[in-house]
Amino acid sequence: MDRFVWTNGLLEMNETLVIQQRGVRLYDGDDKAKLDVGVVLLSTHRLLWRDQKNHECCICIPLSQVIFFEEQAAGIGKSAKIVIYLHPVPENKEPGPYQQSKYSFIKLSFKEHGQIEFYRRLTEEMTQKRWENTPVSQPIPTGVGPKAARTRAVGIVGIERKLEEKRKETDKNISEAFEDLSKLMEKAKEMVEVSKSIANKIKDKQGDITEDETIRFKSYLLSMGIANPVTRETHGSGTQYHIQLARQLGDILQAPLEERGGMMALTEVYCLVNRARGMELLSPEDLVNACKMFESLKLPLRLRVFDSGVMVVQLQSHSEEEMIASALDNVSDKGSLTAEEFAKLLGLSVLLSKERLLLAEKVGHLCRDDSVEGLRFYPNLRLTNNF
Amino acid sequence: MHRRGVGAGAIAKKKLAEVKYKERGTVLAEDQIAQMSKQLETFKTNLEEFASKHKQEIRKNSQFRVQFQEMCATIGVDPLASGKGFWSEMLGVGDFYYELGVQIIEVCLALKHRNGGLITLDELHHHVLKGRGKFAQDVSQDDLVRAIKKLKAMGNGFGMIPVGGSYLVQSVPAELNMDHTVVLQLAEKKGYVTVSEIRDSLKWERERACHVLDHLLKEGLAWLDSQAAGEPQYWLPALFSELLSRDITPEEASQMTP
Repeated sequence: MDRFVWTNGLLEMNETLVIQQRGVRLYDGDDKAKLDVGVVLLSTHRLLWRDQKNHECCICIPLSQVIFFEEQAAGIGKSAKIVIYLHPVPENKEPGPYQQSKYSFIKLSFKEHGQIEFYRRLTEEMTQKRWENTPVSQPIPTGVGPKAARTRAVGIVGIERKLEEKRKETDKNISEAFEDLSKLMEKAKEMVEVSKSIANKIKDKQGDITEDETIRFKSYLLSMGIANPVTRETHGSGTQYHIQLARQLGDILQAPLEERGGMMALTEVYCLVNRARGMELLSPEDLVNACKMFESLKLPLRLRVFDSGVMVVQLQSHSEEEMIASALDNVSDKGSLTAEEFAKLLGLSVLLSKERLLLAEKVGHLCRDDSVEGLRFYPNLRLTNNF
Repeated sequence: MHRRGVGAGAIAKKKLAEVKYKERGTVLAEDQIAQMSKQLETFKTNLEEFASKHKQEIRKNSQFRVQFQEMCATIGVDPLASGKGFWSEMLGVGDFYYELGVQIIEVCLALKHRNGGLITLDELHHHVLKGRGKFAQDVSQDDLVRAIKKLKAMGNGFGMIPVGGSYLVQSVPAELNMDHTVVLQLAEKKGYVTVSEIRDSLKWERERACHVLDHLLKEGLAWLDSQAAGEPQYWLPALFSELLSRDITPEEASQMTP
């Protein structure tokens, strides 16, 4: 309690009140302070306390004096408390209620509750340390302040030091990480320059490079994540990796595709494959580039892009005509169908059902009724009947 | 008469030309590729060293991730292009973002029937965090935005529309042009919009306003409240979801995994 100084309780220019709580009694260490119950106030800069009955009696302590603090749960007949550990008394400290104290900590006893919110706000202020940004005028040192003899709790010094070390360590780690990152990026930048130069030479045909070398070059670009300066694609279709991947996909997608009527949206495939892998996941671009290779590798799958931009993987065995014919059948059967109804019928996603209906419409088998109630498809009677 | 074709003479001439090139100090592409190969090995070692010291930093610190991504972009490198890239393999950045991509797709699928395929970045963030559980790494909105940018490669209309200081994430291939976007931005404050409001704020004719609103209705992105006091209100479920904010139900969750 010897850290507190008398104050008039007025806030300084840049100081803001954060929270206050009545019904708080102060403790000097473990002993009840020789003060009554009062109001504790937290500002951006200080912790203040004012006697509830005698408003003249007001004391405060700068938040910079706080080392750390912790909650002390309520007990039988005991209020919840916040214990605050403090730095030693500064040399030029102004007069306060206590000349000396054998403790290096105080307690706030919350007789009318409010400790949870107060603790939260205190944590916030101690983290943000707003007083560092907007210092308020320091009290002019009077020169000869009462210097109390005090016993330091040995533990405090140790805690103090550890916290300081930890903070320095964290700061050091982060700045070291950034430094190392910058150096790494410099080197990566060199790689980008070299690859650009190579690409230019390839374009200008200065010296032939073999197909082998082309493949190697593309795989280097892939490793570095550099967009292929010649083709502008961030891969190099035809890298060994994508060829392997395409073959794997050919295997693992057979059954799922069969189950789903021969077609899956690429995003579905992405989720399916990556969930199964667990780690060393595929990037979206990896997937697209592998799928692009299906045809050249003569695998029984195809990557297909609909007019809407939706990308799907399709079993080659499920022909276009079959899909269109079955769409027409289903629609004729029911008279008309929306994408949602069709989806329910087939057990497919709404997205893909819609694409099938659009496909059938494109070749003229179906026609649409587009209203605010939804998009509904009908058999195109002009085609099926002889008008 | 026999044609010589590619004979010894032609080869000799080529070699001479190559030598001449080298004499002039011009480095041929193939030499540079060999050089690049060596540099790559060195870089890989540097990256391994970096990873051994700071891999944790990338995983835990979203600010650091932002820095990392921005630096890569500045020098023209995409660390997320491929799972086979060095960055992905050694720093583990790939898995972090690709898995996030999966989670984003799943949340969007589960909620699509509620909001038509349009969701605020806030709500998406909320559901993704919830799905990841208490012990998972923290994920920032910046992380989500980067993951979504990557998803665009797979078609399917993943996009982001700037609205009210944040974004609406679109996960369906509904065509939304400038007109639609502007109306969405107008609706952001209250979660709904009326024809009069559009005419007053944007100075459009009635027909243009109705055309845009009809499109949003058809795409399932807007709901019509024709019984509202005054004139009909067009509500955007994506925007008023906070009011109805419910967790993803088991039925919706079953929509997630294909």
